[in-house]
Amino acid sequence: MDLNLSDEQRLLRESAERFVAESYDADHRRNAANDPLGFSPAVWKQFAELGWLALPIPEEFDGLGGGPVEIGILMEAFGRGLVSEPYIATVVLGAALIEKCGSIAQRQASLPKIADGSLKLAFAHSERAARFDLAKVTTSANKTAHGWYLSGSKIAVLDGHAADEIIVSAHLHDHQGPSGRIGLFLVPATAQGLVISDYPRLGGGRACNIELSDVQLPEDTLLGDGKDALPAIEWAVDRTMAALGAETVGIMQTLLDTTLDYTKIRKQFGRPLSANQVIRHRLADMAIQADEARSMALRAALKADNPPVERARAASAAKAKIGKCARFVGEQSIQLHGGMGVTEELEVGAYFKRLVAFDTLFGGTAHHYSRHAQLGRTTKAA
Amino acid sequence: MDLSFNAEERAFQSEVRGFIAKNLTDEMKRATALTPSVFSDPDIGMAWQRALHKQGWGAPGWPVDHGGPSWTPAQRWIFESECARAGVPNVNVMGVKMVGPVIIGFGSPEQKNFYLPRILSGEDYWCQGYSEPGSGSDLSSLKTRAVRDGDDYIINGTKIWTTHAHHANRMFALVRTSDGARQQDGISFILIDMKTPGITIRPILTIGGDHEVNQVFFDDVRVPVANRVGDEGKGWTYGKYLLEFERGAGIASAKLREGLRAITELAESDLTGRAIDSPDIASRISEVEVDIDALEMTELRVLSALQTGQNPGAVSSILKLRNSEIRQAVTRLGVDVIGHDALAVEPMRPLYKLNHEPTMPEDMLTVVPEYLNGRAYTIFGGTSEIQRDIIAKMMLGI
Repeated sequence: MDLNLSDEQRLLRESAERFVAESYDADHRRNAANDPLGFSPAVWKQFAELGWLALPIPEEFDGLGGGPVEIGILMEAFGRGLVSEPYIATVVLGAALIEKCGSIAQRQASLPKIADGSLKLAFAHSERAARFDLAKVTTSANKTAHGWYLSGSKIAVLDGHAADEIIVSAHLHDHQGPSGRIGLFLVPATAQGLVISDYPRLGGGRACNIELSDVQLPEDTLLGDGKDALPAIEWAVDRTMAALGAETVGIMQTLLDTTLDYTKIRKQFGRPLSANQVIRHRLADMAIQADEARSMALRAALKADNPPVERARAASAAKAKIGKCARFVGEQSIQLHGGMGVTEELEVGAYFKRLVAFDTLFGGTAHHYSRHAQLGRTTKAA
Repeated sequence: MDLSFNAEERAFQSEVRGFIAKNLTDEMKRATALTPSVFSDPDIGMAWQRALHKQGWGAPGWPVDHGGPSWTPAQRWIFESECARAGVPNVNVMGVKMVGPVIIGFGSPEQKNFYLPRILSGEDYWCQGYSEPGSGSDLSSLKTRAVRDGDDYIINGTKIWTTHAHHANRMFALVRTSDGARQQDGISFILIDMKTPGITIRPILTIGGDHEVNQVFFDDVRVPVANRVGDEGKGWTYGKYLLEFERGAGIASAKLREGLRAITELAESDLTGRAIDSPDIASRISEVEVDIDALEMTELRVLSALQTGQNPGAVSSILKLRNSEIRQAVTRLGVDVIGHDALAVEPMRPLYKLNHEPTMPEDMLTVVPEYLNGRAYTIFGGTSEIQRDIIAKMMLGI
């Protein structure tokens, strides 16, 4: 049992924090928010040069072989600066799905390109009617002599507009194997019949909805051999929630630091706000909740490759708890900044919006307490 | 980083399990489960302390010269976790965990030779004389006075919330020996034989129906000056050192988990009409479980820091605060889970020696008393408000 950072991990944290502090100021964030792309290709290139895009990719595919803990270290630093590059979509979700589901040839084709920054991905899975149920997919993939035909609608696809290829989940109809299997397809962004409607995402970056109308794909765009991809999707989403949790911890820390500084300089009734016990206790609670969130993000990362139920419970526990803590820290940060906290003139609001987006992605606090409870009872019954 | 224990640590875990299996009797286990106050009564608690002492495990936190087992922080974690999981008696901490470290840190050689072995063996049973009716959170305003008279102090005043004073043969107390410029000055740390003439004890019943705490009165109580620990007037420093131990033992999550497990079992039982089938109850159980996960993880982070000699700092205040809040959440959940049975009051104590058939299933007997008594967790050892003051000052610098 050892939860101290290794020397390599400490170096990674220092370099990520330094990069974010130097490159990611308020102007940079504002520009990125107003950019139709939602992020900076130059920064993406730097990520590649720093080795961050290669971080979780196995060494045999030109990666660095890092794990969820290293991803968490990076994501926490990203959170501190509200980084909006499509790291989650491409590296955390995309690379993980290809690594888990792809054939050797598919891994060989994609993973080195993710590592060097020449391939950006997105994962199109959620559908309106499914809400947060990962097993519910109505998009269909029909197999014919001319390959696969995909039809359906996807929503809340992170960074889909910037992706070179989109990983689309669909029910397989191929008259082989058991019915109800979900398959993952690597769909080129330029495919005929694919319509992407993108929009600015709450808290920075972009997302999109996708319509697929008889999108024709060659056979080899199906990742792997057509066995049900749901377990892999759950695995990938669980580690993504751990990564997002770490990002949220970074956001909370910045909000806490900013709010703390503000309450020390802002004077009312002739003394700093922080001279009031009610304010000090509020800040103490914010610090406690930020620390609890840090514990939960690390816990989910450390359990990200444990057996499915244990892993999933840790991921849901983290998602629920961090969401709850994040809402508290975010809302109180605004409260303690007073009227200015509600304006676009301060950055508190931008950070807060990213927290709200976190709580929504892959299901909020209530959803994950309930998933956690259900998974607990499954374990007992088994 | 690694959350799992290594081979040596797992071997130690088996050793602890083996020890518990051999020494924890059904009677001790049942009595512990049916004790709705913080500590086991001495007959149960000291039986366990004697077993631990025989094994050389009587004082896990003590240095090896004084009989400690020289465990690593991870071993202490494993030991405490296994004890909690097995439901061993809750030994009164006033001896081993509170006065012991102060005597080791600041006592004279004579005091160490006399008191420490008697703490380890359970021969002495200690209580703590800190709070007074007028001095709760503002502890250093205490007024119990010790006036020098030759080789004795003559003590007058009163102490309150004295846990197990009615069982104890010794008390460690903070008393005022002079009036300094600051109210923290002039306080001395003194060891008192509870059989000394002039000491009277008034029992205080807590709202759960338990007699665990007392008020203790001192009327011209003569205590040898030799019973003072450390320097006269420096008692506040020693007392604060001890409070760190009281707050920051830092291994509480396993006990909380055990409490939640008992409540969850009730919720899954027909005795409660399967309360867990209510999605609200099921989610709340998860919510509390996740809070325990977070606390456990913070404890392990602190432990990792300690293993490499880092100082975890004000995190001990976070641990104390969250432990107390989560404990209350567990007991609150318990009351909701047992439903109708929360209406019944069983006034007789101890609950494991009732001379009549209780009106509710035995597993439910402690639920309401634990909830009621448990309100004290956010009050004793420094209230939650004091902890937040400390966190704001030490962690946030405000």
